Amino acid sequence: MSSHIQVLSGTPPKSAPSDSALSLSGVRKAFADVVAVDGIDLEVERGECFGLLGPNGAGKTTTIEICEGLTTPDAGGVKLLGLSWQTSAAELRQRIGVQLQETQFPEKLTVEEILRLFRSFFRRGTAAEETIGMAQLEEKRRARIGTLSGGQKQRLAMACALVGDPDLLFLDEPTTGLDPQARRHLWDLVDQLRSAGRTIILTTHYMDEAERLCDRVAIMDHGRIIALGTPQQLIASVGGDHVVEFAVGTDARKEAVDARLLTAIPGVRAHRVDAGLHQLSVVELHTTVPRIFSTLAEMGLKPSEFRTHSATLEDVFVGLTGRNLRDE
Amino acid sequence: MSSLTDSSLYQLTSTRFRLFFREPEAMFWIFVFPILLAVGLGIAFRNRPADVLQVGATSTQLTQALNGDKGLAAAAMGEGEGAHELATGRILLLAIRNDEGVAYKYDDTNPDARLARLLADRAIQKAAGQKEALQSSNNLVHETGARYIDFVVPGLLGMNLMGSAIWGLGFSIVEARQKKLLKRFVASPMPRWEYLASYILSRLVLLVIEVIAFLGFSKLVFGVPFRGSLWELGLLCVLTSLSLSSLGLLIASRAKTIEAVSGLMNLAMLPMWILSGIFFSATRFPKLIQPIVQALPLTAAIEALRGNMLQGMSLSQLGAPMAVLAAWLVVPFVISLWIFRWR
Repeated sequence: MSSHIQVLSGTPPKSAPSDSALSLSGVRKAFADVVAVDGIDLEVERGECFGLLGPNGAGKTTTIEICEGLTTPDAGGVKLLGLSWQTSAAELRQRIGVQLQETQFPEKLTVEEILRLFRSFFRRGTAAEETIGMAQLEEKRRARIGTLSGGQKQRLAMACALVGDPDLLFLDEPTTGLDPQARRHLWDLVDQLRSAGRTIILTTHYMDEAERLCDRVAIMDHGRIIALGTPQQLIASVGGDHVVEFAVGTDARKEAVDARLLTAIPGVRAHRVDAGLHQLSVVELHTTVPRIFSTLAEMGLKPSEFRTHSATLEDVFVGLTGRNLRDE
Repeated sequence: MSSLTDSSLYQLTSTRFRLFFREPEAMFWIFVFPILLAVGLGIAFRNRPADVLQVGATSTQLTQALNGDKGLAAAAMGEGEGAHELATGRILLLAIRNDEGVAYKYDDTNPDARLARLLADRAIQKAAGQKEALQSSNNLVHETGARYIDFVVPGLLGMNLMGSAIWGLGFSIVEARQKKLLKRFVASPMPRWEYLASYILSRLVLLVIEVIAFLGFSKLVFGVPFRGSLWELGLLCVLTSLSLSSLGLLIASRAKTIEAVSGLMNLAMLPMWILSGIFFSATRFPKLIQPIVQALPLTAAIEALRGNMLQGMSLSQLGAPMAVLAAWLVVPFVISLWIFRWR
């Protein structure tokens, strides 16, 4: 089912590996008999916002925790800022900022107190007050953490990751479980950090989030990277900028659809069927759509549904694995 | 970053205080509960004047003779009625007039009844004209330090030190682990030893408040004696608290949930509540289990506290219990550093 295609890697690393922000080579990790990470190679440039995208259980969290030095890989090399965990753990702890997926801060402390506490762990960094401003929590400065909303808690977690003024920032599923407004708020925050030139590595299972936030994305599935590149490159790899979806009603008619005739239409790059819905990757809508209608008419079919959308990373994932990101 | 308040050890320790003082239930158990317990026990076991013993007699002459003793209250009754009163415990002894003289009916396994027998016989013999062979007189003493409340206050102090050390560490460490806060801390540059040290430091400060409140109350209300050096008493409290904190750390070093650690804490504390001599002397337990009883940290702590407070013993005389406490300080601490689960 899953075709492990290595899509062209985005901007290939220009500098020597030791100069990159993050470098993984042949990293593997198994828990009992489950292989969580199955041989990953990755280079992340300084100043890049890099996304690990994949369904739950794809190995994203294990990968990011190996990078954060919280999990020891069974095999492979990990370098951050040219340093390795075995030899420079104390130095690395000072230079990275980490936001974990499930941290619950003590409910009876205030925003200000927890930030002062985290600030005290770092030799250099940003004052707690300044970080509160960065995370837009000024009004909640003296509020107990137990009274914060989900989005505010998440921004606080990010503030705790930023308080040491890190060279490398890790965000594990920063918007999971948030309502749309809180997600957008958090995205704005990440945008600001990007434009300030920070190196960010984040995981997500929202393709729109990866598309919106990341300079480059690695799509993960079953512990492997199955595609790597800029969101635009990955979407282009599907074979078209647009996706046309149509259905033809009853089962008898479905069998009348001849896939070969459809893919023969100029401008159609790929065809697949998902739950009775035909999907075509299309380069130019305005010239191709009329041809699709005429081809269907030649087969004696009339579409019961017909719609188009711009291709997304979701389409890339479906194209590579035959599954939807949200299926799991 | 030069001032004290910016240091991570200060921040970690003051976080511990904030979390403690924002938890009203914890304050109750540590500060109020031991005082309530001392009040309750003080009332229940207060020293009363010697009881008057109820007895019966079958003749008015005997009844008068018995009532001549201040320690006895006698009533005249028939033999049948007397037997019934004895059986129901309303009287301790029945004096029966017969041809030879007098017969006493009582239960010789009951200490009060044996006492009634002695008093009754003395009163009747005296009334019959017996003279004392030797002149005797009484000097009555009611000494503080020999009362039950004096005995139980050091026990309650030890129990309180154990509870606050084990609960204080156990719950908060496991809660931090369960909420993935420990994992978040180790992902930061926080020195791990400082995290554990912050528990010890906050414990020592709270200890001062806790001990002064409890002992001050016992002194003011019950007049409990302090026969040993107060500095040495303070030192014993610190040693006790550190040893039991070390045990608390060991209990909390692996558990992943509050439920699991609650069970472990009860498992550790229950034998000590029973065996360590909080409410009665630990030496009352059979010889067979004495080695276990004496090896428990709370037994050693209470023995040392009683030695200081009641007998005025100096630290040099308390070497054995202090050695037991020191062993409980070092061994669990080393094991827990080794097996502690940080995530």
